[in-house]
Amino acid sequence: MSMSRPRIKFPDGAKIGDVVEVKTVITHMMETGNRRDADGTTIPRNIINAFVATFEGTEVFRATFGSGTSANPYVSFPMRVTGPGKLACTWTDDGGKTMTETVMFAPAG
Amino acid sequence: MDDTTTNPSWRLTRRHLLRASAGLIALGLWPKTAARAAEDAAAPHTPQYLEALSKLTGDRKPVATRVKLDLPDLAENGNMVPFTVAVDSPMTPQDNVRWLSILSTANPQALIGTFYFSPASGRATISGRLRLARTQDVVAIAELADGSLVTGLTTVKVTVGGCGAG
Repeated sequence: MSMSRPRIKFPDGAKIGDVVEVKTVITHMMETGNRRDADGTTIPRNIINAFVATFEGTEVFRATFGSGTSANPYVSFPMRVTGPGKLACTWTDDGGKTMTETVMFAPAG
Repeated sequence: MDDTTTNPSWRLTRRHLLRASAGLIALGLWPKTAARAAEDAAAPHTPQYLEALSKLTGDRKPVATRVKLDLPDLAENGNMVPFTVAVDSPMTPQDNVRWLSILSTANPQALIGTFYFSPASGRATISGRLRLARTQDVVAIAELADGSLVTGLTTVKVTVGGCGAG
């Protein structure tokens, strides 16, 4: 039910001024709320409904999800490289649980 | 049983029907419907899709331009369909994409996701993975800096549906 293993990946060798694709993924079953258990009871929805990425504390990208997003949601988003710094990504699910992963980014040139 | 086939009013109805379909063919409506059925047609757009769409658009009419959806024509597993959606935009302070929503037209719930760009984005391209319950159209809609909307659509044939519906 829970989320785990958040991962963030930058392409290697990015330089200042480049627009890079930041790839993110997290383990979460993304229960849609459309399924029933063996007794016919609806399994309540529990999906990651929000994602926020900040670079050095400034929001660079945000997303909201519906039940049409696959399990273990993978999102890649664009970001212009402005310099070295810390990228933090936070995922929030319907249960109010959040998970944050940070990576230090150092451009090549 | 004989009554139905010899009943004049039935014959009249059938004749009318034939004329009506001839009319449809003449209008170019009938052949299109037939062709769609033959190619495992996209499911009709659901009321929940139309509602989600009108929530996003309000009074604005989206223009079919600048949005490119890259999805497989055929998805064997509807639980995990990769997508890339790109909006052609310079992403300058004057001309940029504020947000991009991806909608399913035939899932139990329409929203796949909404993605909000920022001045740090540099371009308006998103990749991810979505669920499709059945063969259907996938729609992307984006709001530009001037408040106007652009949209694009693609059809994906689904062999095994996702969403855990049913």
